[in-house]
Amino acid sequence: MTTTARKGDGRVASAYLAPALLVLVGLMGYPIYQLVLISLFDYGQEQVSGGAPLTFLGLGNYTTLLSDARFWDVLAQTVGFAAVCVAGTLLVGAVLAVLATRVRTWARTTLFLAALGAWATPAVAGSTIWLFLFDANFGFVNEVLGTTGLSWTYDKWTAFGLVAAQVIWCSFPFVMVTLYAGIKAIPGEVLEAAALDGASTAGTATKVILPLLRPLLIVVTIQSIIWDFKVFTQIYIMTNGGGIAGRNLVLNVYAYQQAFAASEYGLGASIGVVMTVLLLLVTLGYLRALRRSGEAL
Amino acid sequence: MNRRASRGFAEAAAVVVAAVVAFPLYWMVLTALKPGAEVISADPRPWTLAPTLDSFVRALTVQSFGRYLLNSLVVAVAVVLLGLLLSFLAATALTRFRFRGRTTLLVMLLVVQMVPVEALTIPLFFVMRSVRDVAPVFGLNHLGSLVLVHLAFSLPFAIWMLRGFVAAVPAELEEAATLDGASRFRFLWQVLFPLVAPGLVATSVLSFIHAWNDFLFAKTFIISAAENQTLPLALQVFVKPDQNDWGAIMAGSTLMTIPVLVFFILVQRRLVSGLAGAVKS
Repeated sequence: MTTTARKGDGRVASAYLAPALLVLVGLMGYPIYQLVLISLFDYGQEQVSGGAPLTFLGLGNYTTLLSDARFWDVLAQTVGFAAVCVAGTLLVGAVLAVLATRVRTWARTTLFLAALGAWATPAVAGSTIWLFLFDANFGFVNEVLGTTGLSWTYDKWTAFGLVAAQVIWCSFPFVMVTLYAGIKAIPGEVLEAAALDGASTAGTATKVILPLLRPLLIVVTIQSIIWDFKVFTQIYIMTNGGGIAGRNLVLNVYAYQQAFAASEYGLGASIGVVMTVLLLLVTLGYLRALRRSGEAL
Repeated sequence: MNRRASRGFAEAAAVVVAAVVAFPLYWMVLTALKPGAEVISADPRPWTLAPTLDSFVRALTVQSFGRYLLNSLVVAVAVVLLGLLLSFLAATALTRFRFRGRTTLLVMLLVVQMVPVEALTIPLFFVMRSVRDVAPVFGLNHLGSLVLVHLAFSLPFAIWMLRGFVAAVPAELEEAATLDGASRFRFLWQVLFPLVAPGLVATSVLSFIHAWNDFLFAKTFIISAAENQTLPLALQVFVKPDQNDWGAIMAGSTLMTIPVLVFFILVQRRLVSGLAGAVKS
């Protein structure tokens, strides 16, 4: 695809690349380096304002973090919350993708339009709408259930459940649309052959369709894990910054609160590093799973 | 007969699910249109007989939502336009030229997409604080800071997507253009750019939506300049303990959702096929 080499190609190429590289190095590369650097220092309000000298802690912030019971609670909550969101998103998305293949166009269009609406709603607006729907006094849900006065965001577990439901609501459409496209891409002859061989509907589903969809399923699963592991907006808005006494915190919000509310920038940065490493491990597992399932990169 | 019954059942299920999924959006628009007394009624009804635009008027005048709408629009449009320019140039360099370090750059662009940008709030806050001292417009408390970070976050994916579109344009075209005496510059903007334009749509929509929806960075960077807030943050300002003006909040949410919804509907086909292409490659 390359044109024959012309004089000054190298210079032209670097001129084309320079603006993008400048932005990426300055606002992605340098901050990544800074994140690691800050996490190695005692970096609080005094240090930020220049009132106290910087102290190098080495891995001090990390040992503080790992020996803090609070951190392990938040980590466990984050993993549990992400697991529920991922499972819910995949289940709803997959069931609706199959449902979409069984109905006529008008019903499918209705379903897809509704899903598109949920998909397009900005997280801030979506969170606020859900809060109002579940409002203790004026909410429609309490009206229908006859539980007027019940605060869904007060109890730790109903609060987590409510946020998870909102996250699933706005993320299942991606899974549904992707899997629907995947099912549609399976050639009709494959399914006919299975039917001719006497395979039952359930047999076709598990032995023919599922293996063919495997690569796509891996993609949407990992994508969902990556998204749901770092939910920020929904938790922050719906539980008002992490719940009463911080009992609805997840890692992302925890790092933010440590840094910008408690002015423990070093500690906050170390949480950010831990989060990044965990997500990179997931991504690595993703690439390996893809390779094993025979997909070329 | 059995087949038809099961299809009928599936279609009924699809309609019920669609209604449930769309209900929060219906409730948002409905609440925005309800008169004040109905919004805070003890038994809310799923319809209104006296729709009014009062809540929208309140949101736009009392809370000066219009100003924040404009701010959000400025940030999102600037991110899209700058992103288009920069990613188009970079993608051209990466596909139509061979140079040392090209493969390394491509791998880096992929790896950088896996970094959770939320983790970068802390260092970026300090970067923006330093930028403020040099170029205030691009530093803390100014919209420029938001443009810069969202531009950076959108570039890796945009470049990666555009590469395929640029590569699809045959090299002979450039040779022909050169023989006709077109300069590199003219070829770039008058031949290549229009041919690649369809590929720009999907990436533009994605960068627009990211910039438009962003809550975290707006919250972190715009700390003391109320006039420079964007929509997601402004919406939170309306939320007060125990005395929320839900009508205005829902009117604001509606104003914030509509542009994205229109965008999604306009480009849904291209978006899905573009995403599928990105997943495959």
